[in-house]
Amino acid sequence: MAAFAAGSYRSLPGRGPSPGFRFTLYAILSTAFMFLDQRHGWLEQARYYLSAAAYPLQLAVNSPPAAWRWLEQSFETRAALQAENAALRNREHALELRSQRFEALARENAELRGLRDALPPVADRWIVAEVVNVDLNSLRQRVLIDRGARNGLFKGQAVMDSYGLLGQTMRVGPWSAEVILLTDPEHAVPVQIERTGVRTIAVGTGDSQSLALPYLPANADVMPGDLLVTSGLGGVFPQGYPVARVTEVHHDSVQPLAQIRAQPLAQLDKLHEVMLVWFRADHPAAPIGLAGGGTVDSDLTEGNPAFQPLPAPARAGSAAAARGAAPAALKPSRSGKAKAKLAPSQAASGKTAASARAAGSAKAVGSAKAAGSSKAAGATAAGPSVPGPAPPGSAAPGAHP
Amino acid sequence: MVLSALAGLILSVLPLPEWLAVVRPAFLVLAVLYWSIAAPRAGGLTLGFASGLALDVFRGAVLGQHALALTTITYVAVREHQKIRSKPAFQQSLIVFGALAVYEFILFAIDGWSGHPLTSPLRWIHTVTGALVWPLATAVLERSHSPR
Repeated sequence: MAAFAAGSYRSLPGRGPSPGFRFTLYAILSTAFMFLDQRHGWLEQARYYLSAAAYPLQLAVNSPPAAWRWLEQSFETRAALQAENAALRNREHALELRSQRFEALARENAELRGLRDALPPVADRWIVAEVVNVDLNSLRQRVLIDRGARNGLFKGQAVMDSYGLLGQTMRVGPWSAEVILLTDPEHAVPVQIERTGVRTIAVGTGDSQSLALPYLPANADVMPGDLLVTSGLGGVFPQGYPVARVTEVHHDSVQPLAQIRAQPLAQLDKLHEVMLVWFRADHPAAPIGLAGGGTVDSDLTEGNPAFQPLPAPARAGSAAAARGAAPAALKPSRSGKAKAKLAPSQAASGKTAASARAAGSAKAVGSAKAAGSSKAAGATAAGPSVPGPAPPGSAAPGAHP
Repeated sequence: MVLSALAGLILSVLPLPEWLAVVRPAFLVLAVLYWSIAAPRAGGLTLGFASGLALDVFRGAVLGQHALALTTITYVAVREHQKIRSKPAFQQSLIVFGALAVYEFILFAIDGWSGHPLTSPLRWIHTVTGALVWPLATAVLERSHSPR
């Protein structure tokens, strides 16, 4: 580029390739780049180095706000620090009180599960990373953090703060990584309603204060205030971590699906520090499909065979019967996108109030563990052979035409 | 020229409050457009392509997306630079608006094809603000390169 900028070049009109030729060349080049980047990630390596090259500039852009924050912190008054200290101590007491029974509960849980020893926690280790204040794309919910592959980060790693789930790493450079937040419109996290055990998918809306649950039938048992936890499906997040709280449930008698909004528990609007977590793959609560190594990015575009409906091993008979009863709901041709994958089973369960009731009680029947994916769970529940008792408050009879 | 492109890049990744970030013009694109109109032989398409690649890396987009969009409008600007240069400021702004719209449309189309659709109408706002700050940007950049 500098060569073209040299003054001597300007004085010789007509030298060098014509603009049209150069345009064609660059257009072909960028199209080739896009193709290579999109397919198979052939440019992963190049991107790795490019993000390393971009990082100094990003840090430089970040430095004024960082310096300001540092100044603010170093000139904080004694009173403010003491107040903060007191608040932190209070919080620590509350947490300690809550975790005092943890050992006993872990022990009891191990006994109930028939294990000899209590399991280690599913979170194996974590590191804290700081958010680099750079505007990646104001319309997408992405942030840059100051840890990368040199710190052992990998693509598709869970990112959390002390209140709940934040998102996952999307692109990892040597010293930095790009995180896609829960609320990005392209992000979807498999969740479970903690009160009822109903599983669904929480999709980002692009607004940092709201998640949508677009795949629950209109008569599903959801109430404002319900806690959403990760369901462990999807291969990124382990089971049981808090994600969001339902804020708004809107039933429209014309729509087959309920319109539900939830607010993320993590403090997405004031991000300073985040935690990157490694999970034990052999833990029962570990993300299902962790061994498969599928990442959300490739699954969204190409589909992951590991996430296709599996035959439920423990209740093979009833699952097979259910599948025979509802073959249309399981057509694999619809599985092009991860988001769309849940839709058929949910639609099937929304067809009649009875099957929706059965879907709601999928956990009570005990097929939750056996069913390999939530899709299979929906199919099991939709089967006529499952006599599910209706959970309280679910599906007023005839609520749905 | 390279300096102004770098300044444009920094201005376009500077962290801003959300509402300001939405109306922020694409400074790097404006700088590239300015140079391809004012000195089409100096940077031209190579500057456009390189800046586009830099944007791809910083924005975390599909590699080549911004490069293609920016090369396209740079090509048009380089070809028509004499006509554009002779226009009054208001008409120049209109032309820049059109170029930014084409640029954003190419990004929009590639977003869709590559499976990262972003359909929010807010993404089009910067074409308007870009056209509005164009006279200002040209004044600043003109002062930067010559006492003429």
